[in-house]
Amino acid sequence: MTTPAKASPRAATGPPGPRRSAANGARVWATRAPLLPALVFLIAVTQLPFVATLVISLLDWNALAPGERHFAWFANYATVARDPALRESVLTTALLTATVVIVSVVLGLLLALLLDRAFFGRGLVRTLLITPFLLVPVSAALLWKHALYNPEYGLFNGAWTWVTGLFGDTSPARTDWISTMPLIAVEASLIWQWTPFMMLILLAGLQSRPAETMEAARLDGANSWQTFRHLTLPHLRRYLELGVLLGSIHIVQNFDAVFTLTSGGLGTANLPYTVYQTFYQAHEYGLASAAGVLVVIGTIVIATFALRAVSSLFHETPTGKETKPS
Amino acid sequence: MTTPTARTPRTPPTAPPPAPKLPAARGPRRRVTALGLLAWLTGLVFAFPALWMVLTSLRSETDAATSPPSLGAPLTLDGYRAFFGGGASPWPPLINSAGASLFATVLVLVLALPAAYALSVRPVRRWTDVMFFFLSTKMLPVVAGLLPVYLFAKDAGMLDNIWLLVLLYTSMNLPIAVWMLQSFLADVPVAIIEAARVDGARTPTVLIRVVAPIVGPGIAATALICFIFSWNELLFARVLTSVTAQTAPVFLTGFVTSQGLFLAQLCAASVVVSLPVLIAGFVAQDRLVQGLSLGAVK
Repeated sequence: MTTPAKASPRAATGPPGPRRSAANGARVWATRAPLLPALVFLIAVTQLPFVATLVISLLDWNALAPGERHFAWFANYATVARDPALRESVLTTALLTATVVIVSVVLGLLLALLLDRAFFGRGLVRTLLITPFLLVPVSAALLWKHALYNPEYGLFNGAWTWVTGLFGDTSPARTDWISTMPLIAVEASLIWQWTPFMMLILLAGLQSRPAETMEAARLDGANSWQTFRHLTLPHLRRYLELGVLLGSIHIVQNFDAVFTLTSGGLGTANLPYTVYQTFYQAHEYGLASAAGVLVVIGTIVIATFALRAVSSLFHETPTGKETKPS
Repeated sequence: MTTPTARTPRTPPTAPPPAPKLPAARGPRRRVTALGLLAWLTGLVFAFPALWMVLTSLRSETDAATSPPSLGAPLTLDGYRAFFGGGASPWPPLINSAGASLFATVLVLVLALPAAYALSVRPVRRWTDVMFFFLSTKMLPVVAGLLPVYLFAKDAGMLDNIWLLVLLYTSMNLPIAVWMLQSFLADVPVAIIEAARVDGARTPTVLIRVVAPIVGPGIAATALICFIFSWNELLFARVLTSVTAQTAPVFLTGFVTSQGLFLAQLCAASVVVSLPVLIAGFVAQDRLVQGLSLGAVK
């Protein structure tokens, strides 16, 4: 399943003739040797379990009734496809990922533009901005759940009560943020953590703009918007793609925030959480595996597009190192 | 790797408007100051929840749970004392996390360095395909392989064992490390390597004596990222460990349910668990960017 969607057309520079000597063969293997440990390790630890998942997905296997394990062919898939909870978690995953990635890219771009110009204490501001990203995800989720969202002593309600108190309204605010807007609550905490990541990548992109071109545009009398629209944005495209790709890979698989903030309740269960629950709590091994296989198929669809984007990203290198065969 | 040095973007298609008469310099300068202030403000807004966490961790439990928050309340280390001296000691989970992350990072480097060498300095044929194979394993959702890993660990008696986590964290970070190191190694001038080879140095010697010093900072960046991702990991650790091999994030999730809610203590716990990553990240901000972008941003 994991064969890359697009093979590089340039790397196929074969050996010069059809007859290779044994010495040549040995040399080829000497070149390959350093690669093998990593490759073998990765296949053993990531690909074999997936094959096992495929097999288990065809079994009717509930760990609580171990005697009754037998082949069920595609019955699990039928069950999973009919399961409204699972269908909803597909939708939740898509919504969660799209919202978090889009909002944090936009916010990250604005922040990167702010930080691109020199001002007093810029390094310190950058440090402040990346703090959310450096918190351990579980810590961040616990912080949002208990110190910020809590209806009784959370900061959000506390601050609101303080503000209304200034206007003479002393009744304390009691909004239960997580149960009134569960998905938004999860998204907000994730956006808070991922905006700094996008900002860092886009800031690096901004700072790699060719200075002389920017200067030329300025001398030609282009205003800030024109410069941004016609120079900065095209230049940033690959950095935007990189941010979106890396962000998506991580957020599609998010487990920590959903698990900690809502325990998958109130319609926030995404696919990783649902699979975890089916296997860990319901002990439905066959069903969990079938759901897992579906997650993988969904991810492959996204990944094919994503890999294409990255591959164009890394192919456009001006040095053209790739043409060098062994 | 993607630093687009030679790529000149298209010039704006619109004809340059007649150069406007520049206004007095005061306007732009005031705007620069305003934007600087705005940057400071957003920086503070973003960091505020984290600062709030630190502040709350230094309160007594009663002060931490007042609403609206009492800003002038006295500071105390009681939260930290309760965290370290409370019912379950946090040291074993912290040590487990440190051990699993460190060993996984070392193993990643041991596997990834030779692989990256074979993908950049003396590339194998179709090396881009190999690169994308590595990356594509990263797209395989963790949950898809979780159950077989769990069953295997149960049969092999490896449940609740940090070495199992070391193996899994290594596989989780290996693709990232290979991509990063590949891009760093590709920057090593080939001439230097050829020279060492002409002098009769063998591949391991070339790697250790010639290549490693040049890519040292890149290796440091890779190690930092691998360590952070391993330290943060929750799903594997939650499913595959219970008592003896419990890691710090798992300990944190169990903290609330086992102790009831003590906000100051919880914030102290979160600060302690995040501290290693925060310090490492602050010290190595630029390396962090390189690492997170798989070495694409230099």
